[in-house]
Amino acid sequence: MSVTTTEIPVLALAGASKSFGAVHALREATLELRAGEVHALMGENGAGKSTLVKMLAGVYRPDEGTVKVDGAAVAFHGPLDARDAGVAIIYQEPTLFPDLSVAENVFMGRQPLASGRRIDRKAMHDQVNELFARLGVELDAERPVRGLSIADQQIVEIAKALSFEARVLIMDEPTAALSGAEVDRLFGVVRTLRERGAALMFISHRLEEVFAICDTVTVMRDGAVTFDGPLAGLTSDDLVRQMVGRDLDALFPKETASVGSQVLKVERLTREGVFTDISFEVRAGEIVALAGLVGAGRSEVARAIFGIDRWDGGSVELLGRPIHNGRPNAAMRAGIGFVPEDRRQQGLVMDLSIARNATMTRTRALAHLGIIRAASERALATEWGTRLQLKYHRLDDPVGRLSGGNQQKVVLAKWLATQPRLLIVDEPTRGIDVGTKAEVHRLISQLAGEGLAVLMISSELPEVLGMADRVLVMHEGRLTGHFTRAEADEERIVRAMSGQTQEVAT
Amino acid sequence: MSASAPPVDAGSQDRARRLSETVFRVRELGIVLALLLLIGVTAAIEPRFIHLGSLQDLARNASIYAVMAAGQTLVLVTRNVDLSVGSVLGLSAYISADLLSHGSPMIVAFVLGILVGGACGLLNGFLVTYGRVPALVVTLGTLYAFRGLAFLLTGGAQINAESLPDSFLKIGTGTVLDVPTIAIIALVVVIAVGLALRNFRSGRELYAIGSNEEAARLAGIRTSRRVVAAFVTSGALAGVAGVLFASRFGTVDATAGNGYELTVISAAVVGGVAINGGVGSVYGAALGALLLGCITSALIVLKIDSFWQQAAVGALLLIAIAFDRFIGLRLDAALRQRSAARAA
Repeated sequence: MSVTTTEIPVLALAGASKSFGAVHALREATLELRAGEVHALMGENGAGKSTLVKMLAGVYRPDEGTVKVDGAAVAFHGPLDARDAGVAIIYQEPTLFPDLSVAENVFMGRQPLASGRRIDRKAMHDQVNELFARLGVELDAERPVRGLSIADQQIVEIAKALSFEARVLIMDEPTAALSGAEVDRLFGVVRTLRERGAALMFISHRLEEVFAICDTVTVMRDGAVTFDGPLAGLTSDDLVRQMVGRDLDALFPKETASVGSQVLKVERLTREGVFTDISFEVRAGEIVALAGLVGAGRSEVARAIFGIDRWDGGSVELLGRPIHNGRPNAAMRAGIGFVPEDRRQQGLVMDLSIARNATMTRTRALAHLGIIRAASERALATEWGTRLQLKYHRLDDPVGRLSGGNQQKVVLAKWLATQPRLLIVDEPTRGIDVGTKAEVHRLISQLAGEGLAVLMISSELPEVLGMADRVLVMHEGRLTGHFTRAEADEERIVRAMSGQTQEVAT
Repeated sequence: MSASAPPVDAGSQDRARRLSETVFRVRELGIVLALLLLIGVTAAIEPRFIHLGSLQDLARNASIYAVMAAGQTLVLVTRNVDLSVGSVLGLSAYISADLLSHGSPMIVAFVLGILVGGACGLLNGFLVTYGRVPALVVTLGTLYAFRGLAFLLTGGAQINAESLPDSFLKIGTGTVLDVPTIAIIALVVVIAVGLALRNFRSGRELYAIGSNEEAARLAGIRTSRRVVAAFVTSGALAGVAGVLFASRFGTVDATAGNGYELTVISAAVVGGVAINGGVGSVYGAALGALLLGCITSALIVLKIDSFWQQAAVGALLLIAIAFDRFIGLRLDAALRQRSAARAA
């Protein structure tokens, strides 16, 4: 684990900046990856990690600064340029061909050839088996990729990277969807690669994993690098402090609401292999945040409560009456509104008009003898548009033409029109610019002030801390933390998110 | 914690692989069994069905469809579809027959038929890839356009067998060692396309495109070029089918091959080619063509009304799709279970 800093880094980023419109996603970031070293990249969501990775992958080009390979500045014009330079990226969701065999996935477009340019299947399978042997894993080269676990698919991606002699391997949250044994296997592979002189970068939120496998670390916050150096001698407290430590600004106009009677009661809710033994309640006028890492099972709990997915055990009660398992219609009628995570795919019909989208949950009430008149549709849409301060040109415009924040308001309008008692919002401000974000926050907090019970799922810690009356934290499908507004701080939540459960309150 | 720490049950992996291999073999074997069953039952009722002449006819009928189904498979595998093949056949059949009736040598007729088909395919391919229009829409449009062109060229005229050279008609009606010549041609085409699809990079890349186009692009595959090539091949093979059509029937007018596209796509789907791309073989598609041809002949021999034929083809299609879906789900579950068992 010797770190020789005099060596020329295999891949480096020098003073790189990148802006999208007015948003500075990355500011003068510097990073150096050296052979035989595992480098951790840490930071909260939105800190600029993925922008940095995409720059190394050739997806983005820096506005300022340079990417350097072996100390020489290069310009990647696309992912293929980066690949030819020996840089391989393993994304969280592998990009493979499900219908083709493992071996073909590794060698697609570069299959070994026999005479007459025919594919030499035997040589291909032998080479893939040899790669797997080098990695120390057993995987059948001839089986189709369809049905492989995410962990195995990552191994296929790593084998692919090795097959074109990648010298730099960047893994974007590879362990997010893996079980304990799978993580051990992956780490074994990572150590093997390090011994063979590869430069590796490892993105993870899990502190214990970073300490287990990494030699050096770069911490990012708000698009800038806040720490860069060897991991030795650092504690998890040091890292957490580097990642957070920012003032909560006026982004969160939290109104103090009087907390009323119980609205939602979830008891021992379990869905096999997804989440286990989840119990909590949400009261009228209260905003309860569900925090955790991507893949911790937060959205899945919300989906189960709303009836999109079935649960295997436990119960859900709304206003003291049980909710049927697996029936969104029943949940809606009982008084639950659900603003999903992916507004473009699940929340809206992008080609339909604003009016249609905003009234979609109320078609039954609006219809007279089965016919919906455009006028009543518009009246209802106008009412909610005004209440939510929706900025639009005409109600007949397709909803896809609105900005992200205004689209989110249409989704909110759609659910508020059903007059729910409980509103579940999943990542309410993802992909929304800062100004509109504050407006969405104001709106949610105002609704809670009017007595609505809100369950908010969020990956952004400032949002969680700024908005919530209570914070629940999930880790790998279980509740690992429960904090009141007074108790909640960034360090405690981050700890609970990474599975350190010593602080579970009752 | 060494890299080889988690114990791996190699046996379960082998089983998973064997299972998936068996399924694909079963898929083609199933059609062969259905074929034998159909022939057996029909022969039991009407023994004349398995006379040499009637079997030869059966092979001749299926040959034209099989050639087109081979081309269609290339396109379907990339997650596209070519609806224009029937019209391309008509165009190529008329142009080649017209040339022959004016004394052109046979080789010229063949080459021109292929070129006409290939050109039609090129147009389809360009509209789909560079025009970014869904293949369903593009080829539905060219289905009418090419047919219209055929009507324009013929001007309502018809070419009869008398005006075609005997040597040409022999291809469609003659035999070599009792095997119809046209069937030998079809067999050569199917095997050639089958080998290309299985054993060459360009062929495998078609599967990759149909399986996950974005991943294919990331793997450095020039997807547009490959898709255009698939359409050109499909068009060219429809052109070959057109020339074969002329030699088999002798009579060609502007309506030649009308509605063939649906039979061809049905044949491919019955043969296990997934309409969603990424899965299927040329051999399966050719067997599907043979099975559909066999149903037609059997119903004629059994003197069953022709609308039953359509019902039978429809039922077969639904059975094939249901079977694929069922097997697909079972296979998915089995593969996932084995991965999970290993991970635990």
